Amino acid sequence: MIYARRAWIVLWKDLLVERRSREQLNALLFFCLVLLFLFQFALGPDRERLAAALPGLLWLGFILAGLLGLGRSFLVERENDCWEGLRLTPGDKSAIYLGKLAGNCVLMTAVELVLVVLFGVFYDVDLWTPAAPLALVLALGTVGLAAIGTLFAAMTSQVRARELLFPVLLLPVQVPVLLATVSATQALLLGQPLADVAHWIKLLAGADLVYVTIGLLTFEFVLEG
Amino acid sequence: MIAAQDLRKAYGPHVVIDGVSLALGAGQCLALLGANGAGKTTLLRILATLLRPTAGSLHLDGVDALREPDRVRPWLAIVAHGSHVYEDLTARENLRFWETLRGGDVSPARLMGALAEVDLDGVADERVRTFSAGMKRRLALARVRLGEARVLLLDEPFTGLDRRARKWVAEYLLAFKARGGAAVIATHGFGDGLGAVDRVGILGSGRLLVDRPTADLSAEELHRLYESLTDSVEDAG
Amino acid sequence: MTRALGWLAAAGLLAGLVAGFGYAPPEAVQGNVQRIMYLHVPAVLTAYLAFGLVLLGSIGYLATRRAAWDRLAAAAAELGVLFTGLTIVSGSIWGKPTWGTWWTWDARLTSTAVLFLVYVGYLLLRNLIEDADARARYAAVVGIVGTLNIPIVHFSVKWWRALHQPSTILGPEPSPIDPAIGLALFVNWVAFTLLFAYFLSRRIEIARLEEQT
Repeated sequence: MIYARRAWIVLWKDLLVERRSREQLNALLFFCLVLLFLFQFALGPDRERLAAALPGLLWLGFILAGLLGLGRSFLVERENDCWEGLRLTPGDKSAIYLGKLAGNCVLMTAVELVLVVLFGVFYDVDLWTPAAPLALVLALGTVGLAAIGTLFAAMTSQVRARELLFPVLLLPVQVPVLLATVSATQALLLGQPLADVAHWIKLLAGADLVYVTIGLLTFEFVLEG
Repeated sequence: MIAAQDLRKAYGPHVVIDGVSLALGAGQCLALLGANGAGKTTLLRILATLLRPTAGSLHLDGVDALREPDRVRPWLAIVAHGSHVYEDLTARENLRFWETLRGGDVSPARLMGALAEVDLDGVADERVRTFSAGMKRRLALARVRLGEARVLLLDEPFTGLDRRARKWVAEYLLAFKARGGAAVIATHGFGDGLGAVDRVGILGSGRLLVDRPTADLSAEELHRLYESLTDSVEDAG
Repeated sequence: MTRALGWLAAAGLLAGLVAGFGYAPPEAVQGNVQRIMYLHVPAVLTAYLAFGLVLLGSIGYLATRRAAWDRLAAAAAELGVLFTGLTIVSGSIWGKPTWGTWWTWDARLTSTAVLFLVYVGYLLLRNLIEDADARARYAAVVGIVGTLNIPIVHFSVKWWRALHQPSTILGPEPSPIDPAIGLALFVNWVAFTLLFAYFLSRRIEIARLEEQT
């Protein structure tokens, strides 16, 4: 299947470039550590306040790191006019979107895992018991963020003031994902069973489907000249 | 192979290309001369389907390139300022990436074959970051070769290359023509490659002021013509 | 055509004012403050209409590449932001005497505020791109995302609100529909729609003329 090969090669290229240059991942991981301290200082030493705010802080962390990581996902294409090269490839451009999306999901998942572990350790919260349902919420939320994030990142990579425009465009659109994931995470951390957050899961799954579909259908218009 | 009719490109009130028509057959090479800012790069990008003209038509090997760009892109290639290489990948990996995106066959033999043709097989597994400008240019040409391009557009292919590399590009062009390809080179100087050129065009004020076979002009005549035209164009502002 | 719309809109607004302030009775619980609903509800309905047109224009442009669709999307987005702003301000004014605060994270206000932000972003994006074709394409993508996102925003905010406050007695939802209130609402809604159509028509005309110079 040529389509799958093409999507795969984009993922392969991004992972390879990232592994060789290590630009993004290291900086993002360090950023997570900084966030940890930032949150602690912003909320003060009151343990309970921190515990109550935890689901929000976790997702705030994901989003902030996501903004940095996602916003840069097409930056590598600016070197040597590779963006132009992508525009000139024949065939279904949505394969490129899929490959980029996969790469971004991998990157974001790596960052999220680190944040989750850091939160577990530093804020002394039990993330192990609800690990499975939490992982589901994480996965769905990540896809939701990355789906539109990848699309908008491609767009803003070609526009002035991109560092400002990217969060301005992305964040309002991601409000549902944020609300759903924080609410679900909060319930799960309080020990509620997965069934209780089923409606959130369904919302996330539905939203993800819509976002990825839009991405697949409109990416060629972002790339096309 | 290349049939452009009345191409026009305007950015609002600013007209860059003002009614350019040209025709090039298979196995031919056209050199586009012109001062900086004359519109050579813009014209080349229109021919490469990277830019949409405001008006006019473009047919490549009989296909309407404006309406169906994806039909011509498999065998259309442009080598411009940026060489479309990822610095952190090796030469071989770069080829593999672009050829897979094209939907072509990326067997190791084919990749190495393309690298060998451009004398880069020795550094196949070196990262492109370590390459010189000439080597990156050659890698771009290897990508073109691998992609079996039939129309080749080169924007200032001789700039920034040493003598040996320039000679090399000229030889590549000859081989490309011998295979039946059509090429357009944009240049603002007279490099060694003009031996491979069949026709010369001079672009000024967005129009093709001259378009003649090189057989009709001697080198001095061409030089004088070029100087006078670009001077007068610059004077006219 | 546009002129006629203008007159119709003016007439409609007049009728709406009469209906809202003269004809309809003051609401049982809130008193006269509730009358701002005759502005607030039609404004938000008109905003939704506007964003629906943004979606239409966006898809239309991507499908046909004809500038007319882009002009529709851009004009509709501007008006959508305007009417959304109106909704938020009127909701805020309503809220102050009713709930005691200028802002509350009520479901409709929150959804509307999110929508406002999305489309302000749309307008910002348009402002930053000079190339007409790129601007239209990118704006179209954002327009499609923004509008298709509306139901998702609606549900997520509604459920989130349910978590934090079981029910609001004095919600912006008109509780029992006294027929007189219902009629006044309807008249105002029609008036707003006419006004919107008039503004839209004018705005598109201006955009078309701007492009020609």
